[in-house]
Amino acid sequence: MLTPISVNLASLNFITLSPMLIALAGALGILIIDLIKKDLDKTLYVILTILILFVDLGATLGLTVNERGFFNVVVIDGITILSELLIIVASMLFIPLALTSKRFHEYAYPEYFALFLFMIAGFQFMVATDNLIMMFVGLETASLALYTMIAMHNTVGAHEAAIKYFTMGALAAGFFVMGSAVIYGVSGSVELYDITRAFQERLGEPGVMVAMIGGAMLLLVAIGFKVSLFPFHTWTPDVYEGSSAPMAGYMSIVPKIAMIVVAIRVFGMYIDLGIETIRNVVIVMAVLTMTLSNMMALVQADVKRMLAYSSISHAGFVMAALALDTTKANSSIFLYYALFLFTNLGAFAMLWISRHKDKTHHSRFHHPYIKFAGMIHIEPFAAIIMAIFMLALTGVPPFGLFWGKMYVLSATVDAGYIWLAIIMGLNSAIAAYYYLKLIVYMFLKSAPEGSETVYNNKSVPLMIVIGIAAFVTILSIFFVQPLMDYITYLISASGY
Amino acid sequence: MNDILSILIFFPLIAGILGLVVSEKGIRTYGISVAAVEFLLSLWLWFAFDTTSGTMQFVKRVALVPDFGISYYVGVDGISLFIIIMATLMTLIGIIALSVKKDIKNMIVTLLFLEMAMIGVFVSLDAVIFYLFWEFSLVPMLYIIGAWGGELRLYAAIKFFIYTFAGSLIMLVGMLYVAYTYQSVTGTWSFALTDWYDLIFPLGVQKWLFWAFFIGFAIKVPMFPFHTWLPYAHGQAPTVGSVILAAVLLKMGTYGFVRFSLPMFPDAAVLYITPIAVLSLIMIVYTAMVAYAQKDMKQVIAYSSVSHMGVIMLGVFAMNAEGITGSVFFMLSHGIVSGALFLLVGVIYDRRHTKLMSEFGGLAQVMPNYALIFGVMMMASVGLPLTMGFVGEYLSLAGFFKVSPVMALIGGISIIVGAVYMLTLYKRTFFGPVTNEANRNLKDLDGKELAALVPLVAIVIWLGIYPKPVLVPIDNSVQTLVSFMHEKAQTPEAKQTILVSKRAKEAQ
Repeated sequence: MLTPISVNLASLNFITLSPMLIALAGALGILIIDLIKKDLDKTLYVILTILILFVDLGATLGLTVNERGFFNVVVIDGITILSELLIIVASMLFIPLALTSKRFHEYAYPEYFALFLFMIAGFQFMVATDNLIMMFVGLETASLALYTMIAMHNTVGAHEAAIKYFTMGALAAGFFVMGSAVIYGVSGSVELYDITRAFQERLGEPGVMVAMIGGAMLLLVAIGFKVSLFPFHTWTPDVYEGSSAPMAGYMSIVPKIAMIVVAIRVFGMYIDLGIETIRNVVIVMAVLTMTLSNMMALVQADVKRMLAYSSISHAGFVMAALALDTTKANSSIFLYYALFLFTNLGAFAMLWISRHKDKTHHSRFHHPYIKFAGMIHIEPFAAIIMAIFMLALTGVPPFGLFWGKMYVLSATVDAGYIWLAIIMGLNSAIAAYYYLKLIVYMFLKSAPEGSETVYNNKSVPLMIVIGIAAFVTILSIFFVQPLMDYITYLISASGY
Repeated sequence: MNDILSILIFFPLIAGILGLVVSEKGIRTYGISVAAVEFLLSLWLWFAFDTTSGTMQFVKRVALVPDFGISYYVGVDGISLFIIIMATLMTLIGIIALSVKKDIKNMIVTLLFLEMAMIGVFVSLDAVIFYLFWEFSLVPMLYIIGAWGGELRLYAAIKFFIYTFAGSLIMLVGMLYVAYTYQSVTGTWSFALTDWYDLIFPLGVQKWLFWAFFIGFAIKVPMFPFHTWLPYAHGQAPTVGSVILAAVLLKMGTYGFVRFSLPMFPDAAVLYITPIAVLSLIMIVYTAMVAYAQKDMKQVIAYSSVSHMGVIMLGVFAMNAEGITGSVFFMLSHGIVSGALFLLVGVIYDRRHTKLMSEFGGLAQVMPNYALIFGVMMMASVGLPLTMGFVGEYLSLAGFFKVSPVMALIGGISIIVGAVYMLTLYKRTFFGPVTNEANRNLKDLDGKELAALVPLVAIVIWLGIYPKPVLVPIDNSVQTLVSFMHEKAQTPEAKQTILVSKRAKEAQ
C-alpha cells in the first residue's frame, strides 16, 4: 500500500515560481478579457503585456539567490535570475514592435499576446530548473507557443517557417528525450545534482563512459538545434526569413539564452566531472559554427538572412566560451548576450521599420541589400543608427558588442586557449565584410528608383525601441562595469 | 591646462557633431576654423611641454571599468608630441586644400571624427583606449575612400578596412594575454601601458606576443608582404584621404612598434632584428623598383611612401638612440613630405582629371610656382641635405649601421633608387616642351593651394636646416626608452645590441 505523502505548503516555496505564475496569470487574464469584450485594439494588449512583464521583472529581481522550491524541482541560482532578466528585458523591447503604423495579421488576435506570455513562462521554467524533464516541459511549452506565433504572421513564408521550425523542433525534442533517457539509465535520476553524484561513483566502471558521453551527445543534438549550431543550423535562415523581422530578432536571442542556460548546466556538469571529450566536441562545434556560418553570410543577398547567419555565428562565439566553463567565461556569456540583445533587436527593428507589404525591390526577398542603397541621402539619421548597429555587431569599439567580444576573448585567453581566441578574432574579421556590405550600400551607393517607400512602417513606439537600443549600444562603455559587477556576483554566488 | 590632452581629443569630436548643424555654405569655413583651433591647441601643448624631460607629461587617468583594469589614461612624451602636432597640421592643410564638391559637409564632419581618432591613438597610455581609437579610425577612412574615391573605391575601402581589422584582432588577443599575465602576477587587472612596462616575460612568451603585436602594426605600416592594400587605398582615395592616410595613419603602425613592441618585448625585438630588417629591405628596394615602373603619378608617390616606411622600420629596429630618434623624425618628415606630394598630385588632378605621367610634359613653363614647390618636396622626399627628409633618413640609416653595416648600405640604395624614380617623374611631367595641348592653359596654383603648400615648404626647409627644436625633445624621450629597454633586457645579445648613449649613462 502506498503511504500518503504529506506536503507542507511552506516547503513548496511558491515564491520561487512567482515569475512564471505572473506570466501565466497575465496570459489567462488576456484570454478572459478577450472572452468578455471582443474587438479591442492591439494597443491595449501591448500595454497590458508590458505591464505584466514589469510585474514579472519585479518578481524576478525579488528572488533570492540559491533557493530551491516546488519539490526541489525549481532552482533559483545566479544564472536563473540573469537569464530570466534577459528574457524579460528582451520581451519588453520586443512587444512594442507590434505597434506599427501598418496593420499586420497576427496582432489582431489577443491570443497572440496570451501565447507570448505562455512562451515566456515556458522559457522561465526551462532556465529555473536542473531537472531534465522540467527543462523538456518548459522547452516544449515555449516552442509550441513560438511555432504558432510565427505562423500567425500569415504569409506563405511564415507558414513554411512555422512548419519547418515545428518539424525540426519536434525532432530536436525527440533527441532531448532520448538523451535524458540514456542519462537516466546510467544514473537513475533526472535531477542534475543526483546525476552528478551517480556519475562520479560510476566514472571508473568499464563501458559506462560510452553511455555517459552518448547521452550528452544526444542532448547536444537537441541543444544544437535550438541554439543553431553547425550542423543543426540549417533551419535558421529560412525560419528567420519567413517570420516577421521582430520575431526573427527575438528568436535570435531569447530561445538561445534559455537553451544556453540548459547547456551551461548540463555540459558544465560533464566538464566539471573531467570528461574532456565533451569540452572538445563543444569547442569543435563552436569553431565550425562560427566559421561556416560566416562563410554563408558572405554570400547572402538578403539582409535578414545575413543577420540570421550572423546570429548563428554569434551563437558559436558564445558556445566557445561555454566550453571553457570558468566563472569568467560564464559571466562573459551573459554580458555578451545582454549587449547583443540590444544591438541585434535594434537591427531587426530597423528592418521592421522598412517592411513593406509588397516586395518592392526583389522578387523573393523583403530586405535585399539594394533596398538600403543610398539611405544616407534619404534618411540620414536612420542610416547612421543602422550603421552603428552594424559596427557594433562587427565589434568595432566603443560600440556595445565590442565589450562582450573582448570579455569572451579575454576569458578564452585566460583559460589558455590562445589558438581558439585567434580563430575567434579572425572570424570577427571575416564577419566585418558582410556587416560592412550593408554600410557600403547605405552610405556609398546611390539609391534606386522608388526608394521613398523604405520607411513605410515607421511609428513612434518603434522609434522609441530603436532609440533605447541605440542608446545602450553607443554608451555601453559606461554600463560595462556595473553590469559585469552584477553578473559576476550572481554567477559566482551560485558557483559556476 | 592639465586636461589639454582631453581637450585635444574631444574638441574635434564635439565640433564634428555640432558641425552637422552648420549649413552647407559655411561648413568649409567652420572646418578650417575648427582645425586651426585644434592646431593652435597642439602648438600650445608643445609650448607647455617640458622639453628637457623624457617622461610622460600631462598624464590623466580616470578609471572606466575598474574591475577589468580599463581606464581613460592619456599622456604625451617627446615621441608622440610632434606626431600629434603633425596630425593636427595635416588635417588643417587637408581641409584648406579640400577640393571635393559633393557632400562637403559629410566630408568635413568625417575628417573631424578622424582627427579625434588619430590624436586618441597617439596619446593613449591604456591599451584598450588605444585599441578603441585605433579601430575607430578605420571607420571615417572607410567612408572617405568609399564615398569620394575613384572607380574601384568600394573594393579599396573594404580591403583597407578588413586587412587592418584582421590584423588588429590578433593584436587584441596579444593584449588580452598581456593583461592576463599582469593579473596573474599582481592580482589586479590593468591595461595601462606603464603597468605593462614592468612585466618581464620569458623569451618564449615574448616571441609569440611580439608576432601578435607585429601583425597588428605591420599591416598598418604597411610592411611587405602586407602592403597590398595601400596602393589601392591611395589610388582610389580622394586627395585629402591620401594626405591623411600617408601622413598620419601609416605612422600609427611605426608608432605602435616604438610604444608597445620595443619596451615590452626588448629581447624578442633584438632576436628578430634580422628578419624584420630583411622584410624592411625588401620593402625599400622592391617597392622603389615598383614605383619606377608606375605610369600614374599618384602610384609613384604611394609606392615611394611604402619604400620610405621601410627606412623608418630600419631606424626603429636599430635599437639605439640615433636610429629611433631618426625614425621618429623621419615619421614627421615623411608625413609632411608625402602629404604635400599627394596634395600636389591632387592639384594637377583637379585641373586635368588624370594622373598619368604621359599626359603631361613641360608643366614647368605653364605652372612655374607649382613646379618649384613640387621640386622642393621631391628633393625632400629623395633626402637631399638641408631638407627635412635628409635628417630622418640619415639618422635612421646611421643608427642601423651600428647593427649591420651591410644592411644599412642596402637601405642607403633607397636614396639612389628614390632619386631615380622621383627625378624621372619630375623630368617627364615638368621639363621639355609642352607636348599636350590641353596643358597649355593650365592655371598656376591659386591662393587656397598656396596657403596649404607654402607652410609645408617652410617647415621642410626650416627643419632641414635647423632640426634641433624638434630633435631634442624626441631624443630625450628616446634616450629614456632605450635605457629602459637596456635595463629590462634579459638575454646577453639584447644587452649588447641595445646601445645606451654615453650622455644617458652619465645622466643615470
